[in-house]
Amino acid sequence: MDFKDYYSIMGVERDASQDEIKRAYRKLARKYHPDVNKDPDAEAQFKELGEAYAVLKDPEKRAAYDQLGADYEAGQDFRPPPDWDAGFEFSGGGDASAYSDFFESLFGSDFRASSGRRQHSGFHARGQDHHARVFIDLEDAYQGATRSISLRSPLVDPSGHVTTKDRTLNVKIPKGVKPGQRIRLSGQGSPGLGDAPAGDLFLEIAFNPHPIYRIEGLDVYFDLPVAPWEAALGATVKAPTPAGTVELKVPKGASSGRKLRLKKRGIPGKPPGDLYAVVTITLPEADTEAAKEVYRQMERDLAYNPRSKLGV
Amino acid sequence: MTMTNKTLTGTLIDERVELTIDELCRACSGSTEWVIELVDEGILEPTNRERRTWRFSGTSLHRARAARRLQRDLEVNIAGVALALDLLEEIESLRERLGRFEAHDI
Repeated sequence: MDFKDYYSIMGVERDASQDEIKRAYRKLARKYHPDVNKDPDAEAQFKELGEAYAVLKDPEKRAAYDQLGADYEAGQDFRPPPDWDAGFEFSGGGDASAYSDFFESLFGSDFRASSGRRQHSGFHARGQDHHARVFIDLEDAYQGATRSISLRSPLVDPSGHVTTKDRTLNVKIPKGVKPGQRIRLSGQGSPGLGDAPAGDLFLEIAFNPHPIYRIEGLDVYFDLPVAPWEAALGATVKAPTPAGTVELKVPKGASSGRKLRLKKRGIPGKPPGDLYAVVTITLPEADTEAAKEVYRQMERDLAYNPRSKLGV
Repeated sequence: MTMTNKTLTGTLIDERVELTIDELCRACSGSTEWVIELVDEGILEPTNRERRTWRFSGTSLHRARAARRLQRDLEVNIAGVALALDLLEEIESLRERLGRFEAHDI
């Protein structure tokens, strides 16, 4: 297990005051919050930050960590000495379900079980809803798919200890899902207490980046490379769509950036989105004498000034 | 622990799905009062005027959960949450447009 340097994670000195630690946390939390920061690493950084702050904001835990951490550096292999925490009392609290092994080896997993359970005062209480994110391919939204999803959820066993439970669900991804939408699976959340029903599981749909297509709501875009003569004279060309190849008419005089709309060929639904082919004129290389001669001939015959609108 | 092998079919929470205030509360681990606060601030727009028959669209769930996280993690107050959500949505749509233009640079 690697030693985690909570001070460097928070960017503060080891002798930072509690106020400085709080300020550093506020600033970094705003920066890395997964709702604000769309960087894929932001969520991991935000969790790490939350863990560092959970320790450093609490004078008891901070003192324990300081005593232990004085001889370690970040990343160094770490083994807590036996009974190292004798004399410290942890009052617990907070949502610690996602903390690292390093954190748990220091502060145990017992105290995290203390949070959130007391709110179930009655004997019958509906189980909690769970949330998870699932990544699908664009094609899955066109055709529908069945995805196997692995979930790890915390579970409180009868003696009050928290363990994690792995489970695999096969879930039908309905045709026409959009990024950010959720699928509700009734009864797949936490079990209820007593006779009460289990909670629900909500799966948030996210799309894997696609090498060809870009998604905007229900609409889908892709770049369609077009030869200069196809753009100038008009042509019928083959174009990909997530549902298969189609023949697409490029109008005469199409310029780069022009969007050709394929109605209702975006993400299916009521109403379905549109698919846009964005014309991108590509030039054949002038790498042979014959090709060079074609370009020279165009220069001679066409009297074309591409910069006439610039007044030059 | 049992492994489920059968295929589950869920409900797609889209604009056409209507969630009750209880469903929304549960999905966000929030209270009724909290949802009312979000409505009063204009963060959520229920379909009905009458509070007893309020229904919320699928997109409300997305906003309500983001509001919950911002409040919990950043201790933003309700007006700040409303502002943050509006700005985040604007950034999102600008980013989509930017993505379209950047793709043409090559």
